Amino acid sequence: MSASFDFKYHGGAQSAGAEPPLLGIENLFLHIHGRQILHDVSLNIAPGEILAITGESGSGKSLTALATMGLLPDGALTEGHIRLGGKDLLSTPERALCTVRGRKIGMVFQEPMTALNPLARIGDQVAETILTHRAASRAEARLIAAQTLARVGLDPDRIPPSRYPHELSGGQRQRVVIAMAIALKPRLLIADEPTTALDVTTQAQILRLLKTLVCEDGMGLMMITHDLAVVSDLADRIAVMQNGRIIESGPARALFSEMRHPYTRALLSASGHRPTLPAPRPAPPLLKVENALRSYPGRRPSLLAPKAQHQAVRDVSLTLHEGERLGVVGESGCGKSTLARAILGLEPLQGGSIALGGRPVDTPDQRRRIQVVFQDPFGSFNPRHKVGRLVAEPFHLVPDAPKGRSLEEAVAEALTEVGLTPDDAHRHIHAFSGGQRQRIAIARALITRPDIVIFDEAVSALDVRVRARILDLIAELSRRHGLGYLFISHDLSVVRGITDRVLVMREGRIVEEGPTNAVFDNPQHWYTKSLTAAVPILPQPSGGGETDAGHPVP
Amino acid sequence: MIAHLAKRLGILAASLAVASMVIFVVVEIAPGDPASYMLGMNAQPDTVAALRAELGLDQPKLQRYLSWVAGMATGEFGTSYTYRAPVAQMVAERLQVSLPLALMALLLAMAIALPAGILAAARRGRAADAGVIAATQIGIAVPNFWFAMLLVLLFALKLRWLPAGGFAGWDDPLAGLKSLALPAIALALPQAAILARIMRSALIETLGEDYIRTARAKGLTRAQALRKHGLRNALIPVLTIMGLQFSFLLAGAIIIEQVFYLPGLGRLIFQAITQRDLIVVESVVMLLVFAVILVTFLTDIAYAAVDPRLRRR
Amino acid sequence: MKPTLLIGATLTALAFGAALLSFAWTPFDPSAISVPDRFQPPNASHWLGTDHLGRDMLSLVMTGARTSLGVALVAVGIGTGLGVPLGLAAAARHDGWIDQLIMRGNDLVFAFPSLVIAILITAVFGPGAINAIIAIGIFNVPVFARVARGGALPLWRREFILAARTAGKGAARISSEHILPNLASLLIVQGSIQFSLGILAEAGLSYVGLGAQPPVPSLGRMLADAQTMVSLAPHTAIVPGAVIVLTVLGLNLLGDGLRDRLDPRLTRAPA
Repeated sequence: MSASFDFKYHGGAQSAGAEPPLLGIENLFLHIHGRQILHDVSLNIAPGEILAITGESGSGKSLTALATMGLLPDGALTEGHIRLGGKDLLSTPERALCTVRGRKIGMVFQEPMTALNPLARIGDQVAETILTHRAASRAEARLIAAQTLARVGLDPDRIPPSRYPHELSGGQRQRVVIAMAIALKPRLLIADEPTTALDVTTQAQILRLLKTLVCEDGMGLMMITHDLAVVSDLADRIAVMQNGRIIESGPARALFSEMRHPYTRALLSASGHRPTLPAPRPAPPLLKVENALRSYPGRRPSLLAPKAQHQAVRDVSLTLHEGERLGVVGESGCGKSTLARAILGLEPLQGGSIALGGRPVDTPDQRRRIQVVFQDPFGSFNPRHKVGRLVAEPFHLVPDAPKGRSLEEAVAEALTEVGLTPDDAHRHIHAFSGGQRQRIAIARALITRPDIVIFDEAVSALDVRVRARILDLIAELSRRHGLGYLFISHDLSVVRGITDRVLVMREGRIVEEGPTNAVFDNPQHWYTKSLTAAVPILPQPSGGGETDAGHPVP
Repeated sequence: MIAHLAKRLGILAASLAVASMVIFVVVEIAPGDPASYMLGMNAQPDTVAALRAELGLDQPKLQRYLSWVAGMATGEFGTSYTYRAPVAQMVAERLQVSLPLALMALLLAMAIALPAGILAAARRGRAADAGVIAATQIGIAVPNFWFAMLLVLLFALKLRWLPAGGFAGWDDPLAGLKSLALPAIALALPQAAILARIMRSALIETLGEDYIRTARAKGLTRAQALRKHGLRNALIPVLTIMGLQFSFLLAGAIIIEQVFYLPGLGRLIFQAITQRDLIVVESVVMLLVFAVILVTFLTDIAYAAVDPRLRRR
Repeated sequence: MKPTLLIGATLTALAFGAALLSFAWTPFDPSAISVPDRFQPPNASHWLGTDHLGRDMLSLVMTGARTSLGVALVAVGIGTGLGVPLGLAAAARHDGWIDQLIMRGNDLVFAFPSLVIAILITAVFGPGAINAIIAIGIFNVPVFARVARGGALPLWRREFILAARTAGKGAARISSEHILPNLASLLIVQGSIQFSLGILAEAGLSYVGLGAQPPVPSLGRMLADAQTMVSLAPHTAIVPGAVIVLTVLGLNLLGDGLRDRLDPRLTRAPA
């Protein structure tokens, strides 16, 4: 049993059974344009209770939330009951639902950058919740809005309600969205992946805020998240969804200790998956970055002032040894991706040097030796080309690149290496899933037999089970070919499993570096400490045997 | 805001400078000497020289360009070769027709297009939407001068409600408006079709944004969300198109004036071309270009008024 | 196939078919004047009637469509041929001097409405079909440059372009190999829009006497000829106008239909 269970907040949670639940979903079926999305979903939320609905993408968890809000897309057909305080929302006409939304149910969405109207002041957007329900006069609504913004942690002296959304950071915008949702103290709050788009330290703050609000107002909270660590940190009860069904649900503690369903076990095991890396060996340095400096011209602060320089990478030095697995962690905007692009020769440096094997990376052959895998499995490929051509693209760097038959063989070998088949070369990229696409991206990176591969958030867009398998593939390649890599990620737990040594970046500088386990177990710099402290902790699976993440689940 | 304004003003000035140079150079390379054209084939060389001196044609090109620009800037557009009348005065007379015509057409186009576009977007996929789409498809395909001829055929020749052409002048404002009514409608409807389409698609795009869903989660009805959050955001692309449309409106007005025999800038410029009255051509074209550049500038300013992201603290 | 695409393709094919057919055959000689036969309404021998000189309207319309389509096609060719490379270059060197130059040049051309360009050109060089093509074509250049640049800029930020750059490919090669194919549908749609605008512009120029000069047949000039007789023989005005409307409508529907069909899957959001 993990320590993370010991201080679980139970707020005003009622002992289940006696009272009618705040929200009761009974036998909910959902079809969209004839396709079945939800199948016999039933769940309850009591006042003051936090229910987490978890599952991989496409499991139907978000649509369950939208069904509760009555905001399903066009073409949706529902069956069953969604009762809020005994009133069936599914049979309530739209006009009456408008008096429920915002007043009795509030909702927080995933993407804070686009959830706010860019043309309206944040205070007015919060006040709109109150005015729409005619809950107060205009002046009072302003006052309540200001108070609510202060309550969610937006200090009126620093961020007054007269600000526009573009003047706020992602975390601050999410606080505005929360303020809009709770302005009228609704009885139920729905949060759909509210922290997925945020950095880990911001995530911790937002989760703490949600928890406090639920406690103070006695709200029920329906929390949709894919992240089991977040779930176990926060939830009183958990429902696990797969393919539109709830496959397991129950009190958090019991569910994690029993883990009756193999899918739940597979999810948990994949979430904390650590691939087996071969032991690191001492080796000569291969890549040396010395005092790298990269700055962009920014805006002019005033009309005649010189342009401000935004320093994305400031005085960064690092060494990657042959076959070494080096991690770079940091939050968004810390300069880690800019660093990767500079090493790849895609961004010029304003100072410092980058050398591979003692020579600068400026000739095709030198560039051949460093390849890359990017984050977005959907944006990484020209949709008009077939896989064979996509994979062979880096051969552009090789003077006597194979042609015809030998090219086909090289592509086939690269595809086989990453667990695909030679036939896949003749298919278009849109025929492949996200995980398969990342395999194709790895095949593309390997085809020129590079010495170093840069993984730039390469597993961040993947579901946990797919992620675990890609991590295993990377470990396997390292074992088989002695491949060294630079693994860049915002996700500390992933970096921990896949690297020997780690650099922590903040605002363009490296603030701490050392062996991965040592840095994470015993951080020295305050920033690393705050990062590691903010990471939500996964419960340790106990009971039934551990399911290998690599196995498909029935 | 100040920086935005200053930058836009700079672009405005630079555009005007380059445009004036282009116009001057193009007209300069025109074959034929206006003075000999005006005096006919049998003119004495010294008479031609005297006229050239009178028109200022014997001065160096750069000096003539500068005095032309300086004249334009002070409202002194030069003297028409043909009529020996001040161009400014001729233009001012013609503007009394062209300007009200363009404004009427613009207002009419907006009055038709914006509600139609909003209606179509709000009723997306239903009969009203299909009707608006069909109407805009046809409206875009119709040449405005042909539409004008059909209007004349119906309202002037068959029904005799409105005059078929000519301009009654502003002494009787009602008669003036009547003579501009058909031209304005002919100009406005094709423009309205384009504008309605843009309004519809901009609004539909906006309605798919996350903040509309957020607004709905607050308890706003579909219509309220559209009105309070959709319209203002959709206005940004619509403004762009309205700015661009102004230039089409000007071009359209030049042609429409031909259909209705209206004594506007369009007819002035065509007369000037046939009479090789190049100073008039030069000045009127510059005036039209100035109008377009000015409208672009005003559109840019309007952006900043709508979009706080363009204003800086 | 969706009905809009079908109707659009049919109308466009009809317009092009009639124009091409007119090279080989027309029902009558379009220039044969026969004053006694003038102003005949549509009838069995003259399907679309005759004009004020007794010429067969159908034959005139067929040869006139030839001019309209030809002028618009060449003007679109000028627009794409110059505009697309400029737009691609501007996007490849975003915010560089070439981008600035191209965009400012674009703004300048946009400040001259196409008719004003035509007026300037005809004022200097005299009216004619070639000058109409140049005037419409010049106006098309910034349109295509803008569309190509606007479509290319987001592509340049995509990871598959970064991957191509990692593979050592230069801007020109990336533009032709990765950017252009992904802009194709955008450009085809814009091409159909500019094509139909070109037909309208040519008609307008010919109507005011700045376009094709006699004896080159032209739909716009047929309308100008018909104007004084419109109450006497409405069909002389209605027929050429309706031909223009149907051709432009066909092209627009075709463009819309193609846009829906060619949607390059690029817009599909990452899951």
